[in-house]
Amino acid sequence: MKKHLKNINFRCGLVLTTVVVLAAVVSLFWTPYDANRMDPGHRLEAPSFYHLLGTDQYGRDILSRVMVGAVNSIIVGLATVAIGMMAGVVLGLIAAYFGKWADESIMRLSDLLFGFPAVLTAILISAIWGPSISNVMVAIGIFYIPVFTRLTRAVALGIWGREFIEAARASGASEWAITFRHVLPNLLSPLIIQATIQFAVAVLAEAGLSYLGLGTQPPHASWGRMLYEAQTFMEISPWMCIFPGLAIAWTVLGFNLLGDGIRDNLDPYML
Amino acid sequence: MSSALLEIQDLTVSFQTSQGVQRAVEQVSLYIEEGETLGLVGESGCGKSVTALSVLGLVDRSTGLIESGRILFKGKNLLDLNTEALRRLRGNAISMVFQEPMTSLNPILPVGRQIAEPLMTHQGLSKSQAYALATTWLERVKIPMARKRMQEYPHQLSGGMRQRVMIAMAMVCNPSLLMADEPTTALDVSTQAQILHLIEKLKADLKMSVLFITHDLGIVAQTARRVVVMYAGQVVETASVTDIFDKPAHPYTRGLLRSIPRMQPSTDGPKKRLQEIKGTLPSLDTFIPGCRFADRCPEVFEPCRLKRPHLLPVQGKQQARCWLYVD
Repeated sequence: MKKHLKNINFRCGLVLTTVVVLAAVVSLFWTPYDANRMDPGHRLEAPSFYHLLGTDQYGRDILSRVMVGAVNSIIVGLATVAIGMMAGVVLGLIAAYFGKWADESIMRLSDLLFGFPAVLTAILISAIWGPSISNVMVAIGIFYIPVFTRLTRAVALGIWGREFIEAARASGASEWAITFRHVLPNLLSPLIIQATIQFAVAVLAEAGLSYLGLGTQPPHASWGRMLYEAQTFMEISPWMCIFPGLAIAWTVLGFNLLGDGIRDNLDPYML
Repeated sequence: MSSALLEIQDLTVSFQTSQGVQRAVEQVSLYIEEGETLGLVGESGCGKSVTALSVLGLVDRSTGLIESGRILFKGKNLLDLNTEALRRLRGNAISMVFQEPMTSLNPILPVGRQIAEPLMTHQGLSKSQAYALATTWLERVKIPMARKRMQEYPHQLSGGMRQRVMIAMAMVCNPSLLMADEPTTALDVSTQAQILHLIEKLKADLKMSVLFITHDLGIVAQTARRVVVMYAGQVVETASVTDIFDKPAHPYTRGLLRSIPRMQPSTDGPKKRLQEIKGTLPSLDTFIPGCRFADRCPEVFEPCRLKRPHLLPVQGKQQARCWLYVD
């Protein structure tokens, strides 16, 4: 760990993401105010001692809403990466192991998915199934499948060609054992790096879709949704859009830096 | 040859490559008796490793094909076994040590785990039993502080130590045949001697047979009792180790022996240039009607380019694939 902390990207990323995760965890038990409680007497208030980040047009506390929004973003990030990674790793391994037509068909299908604009498809899914946060997660998750499929295939192909696989085979390990004990663990570090980066992209995508009204539905707090609501009041109460925007930038930057840092730290041992 | 532990008969293996079908091994026959060390010698690409991989059924199935032949292990033809039965033999009754200790170990698993794995696979030992046995094996291959080393990763060990780990991995299940594919090529000379000594000692302890694959005749002289020399996918000479050095029969073997550098004191007159074998290995996909060595052979004569020679008896058990020995 000490060695990892030497890397400036990793250190910054860790600090930024830890703040986000802490804020999210704390919000589960405590927020300064109820994030959804309206208070008509304190509408559009500027940041003050009572409302550190100000209030919105219904008098809701922005700090509380930003904290709750962090939970939302983290859930979306985790769920989408989980969907993409689980399906992608399996498909990538199948493509790499069997080669030939299995490889061809899986890779061409991923190309097809890659060719689709993700946001457009998310809009399509929302139009069919109705706008909701779970639909957004499914839509983003599906677009992550080819990302992880390609990565897994490329790395696994390299690993399967290496000598220790041959040595494991020569010592009688079955193909399953080789896949699970030798290939998968060697895939872990590129997958972790990719996952942190996709996490950041998912946060951004969720914000974008919620901004368009396709993601989190009111009154639930989501950074994208808050930005959407803030734009009408941008000139009279800019804090309404500054703070959710800052939260998005902070989180995305944090996870990107973390991903970069992990890559810098793990690369010398990789391939 | 009823006492042969492993007998390879007329093995032919070919590979489908972008340049067409290449025969890497052609009608190779050899046998190893119980408790014997057989040296398999030849230059890179002559088919030594492919021969060994065929025994384990590890010839890449997508490109490689065992065209014909039989591989009898304890009287059973390995080529008739299904994949599951073959897998149970690998690392258990027959095991293999590879050339590159740097890349033959999984970089992200502790070495102890890698030694314990064959025990869990083949003997159904529990994790703790397998680890305990693996630790004693690390001691047996002379790795100091075995208990601590069990937890270490390959990159924390030196090349020689890694090769010891590989040997321990190959030996844990007490195989009756060990195939060592250039196990010392990547090591420096003093480590090489230690590893050879270790293999020799374990061989005696476990009463196993060893197929020692190498291009280094010096190693063969130290370890093997009999030698099989391969050239371009064929066996060109087989003889006892003393015959190989005292009276090599095949011109290729003679060439190999001449190309070993020798120390000469500088007072011994002018230094002689080290002799090499002229030319290169023939491409495996071209059909050669005669002897494959003919183009490089200093003793080439008429029949060599016309007809392929068989393994001909030279004297006693010594045989050579050369027209010089036809009666």
